[in-house]
Amino acid sequence: MHEVDMTKCLLLALQQWREEQASPQAMVDTIHLDVGRFTCVEPEQLRFTFQAAVAGSWLDGAQLQIEEIPFVGRCLVCNGTYSPTPEGAYRSPCCDHPLEEIVSGRELRIRSIDYRTSLQSAVESQALSLQRV
Amino acid sequence: MHLPLEDRLGMNLLAANQHQAEHNREHFEAWQVLALNVMSSPGAGKTALLERSLPQLAQEWSMAVLEGDMTTQLDAERLEAVGIPVVPITTGRSCHLDAAMVSGGLKLLRERLNPNQLDLLWVENVGNLVCPAEFEVGEHHKVALLSVTEGEDKPLKYPLMFRQADVVLITKIDLLPYLPVELETFRRNINSINPKASVISVSALTGEGIDVWHAWLRSARQNTLEPALAMA
Repeated sequence: MHEVDMTKCLLLALQQWREEQASPQAMVDTIHLDVGRFTCVEPEQLRFTFQAAVAGSWLDGAQLQIEEIPFVGRCLVCNGTYSPTPEGAYRSPCCDHPLEEIVSGRELRIRSIDYRTSLQSAVESQALSLQRV
Repeated sequence: MHLPLEDRLGMNLLAANQHQAEHNREHFEAWQVLALNVMSSPGAGKTALLERSLPQLAQEWSMAVLEGDMTTQLDAERLEAVGIPVVPITTGRSCHLDAAMVSGGLKLLRERLNPNQLDLLWVENVGNLVCPAEFEVGEHHKVALLSVTEGEDKPLKYPLMFRQADVVLITKIDLLPYLPVELETFRRNINSINPKASVISVSALTGEGIDVWHAWLRSARQNTLEPALAMA
């Protein structure tokens, strides 16, 4: 399924990120994704294939935090926005106009990454263990 | 540490595929080849359309086909019989072509011919109405096929495919007299999700509408590639 391909793309992007922006010792905690509702990505499937793909790798344990971006269209007749639906044939309910402009819903984006380096890992582990006491 | 991604990385989940697609596109531009990504559900008539179109178009243009299929080379064999160079791409488990697969196909094509001599490249995608629309391969235009036997509601049920298409071909119109469907309903549903798409009704069997389709191709080639070279 294409979530496997999406995962491959995500892994490539993260590898490139580690090489270009972070350090080789970077350990990722959370990857924040924006996934639009008018894409062919299903967030739970993506989460599942991601966990399977990163097991045993430098990304093992990294979590995906996925924000689903609503599918919103703009009616070019009255400039109002609306939620296109198949039952409404994606037409604007205000003016019965076809879907000309998509305001949101096509996002497939890595928004940010929470990570730590080895030095911080030692410090943070200590901080966490102190909190538990 | 919380780090927003730099814009340079594109922040796009599909950045790797997009990057390769742009690379493919650069090749097409350098070779002055119009690249078309042909998509539809299985059985809508992609291969039949090419079997009908290619012999006629071969009188005007030099063409080649990258033929995507999951596990067989059956479609590639059908098109080879027409006399056009065909490079089969078996995708294995993947239900769509991606830019890397097309890049691999182009390498194989270049072993057989000089791509500068090509006018048109057909990329026949895997039969699938869901995924291919999300994966650019470097094409100039996306061509979506919808057969009259699939039902008038398919543009509403698979909106992304029809939204992404530049042209939608309604195929198998020779069967209209036997079906409880209206061509106008197909057109309205396609228009609702994508008012910009050209819509052309065709029959690969009888040839009806094929001349309109070829006129669209001529116009696309003229308007898409560099006008100066198109006029040469």
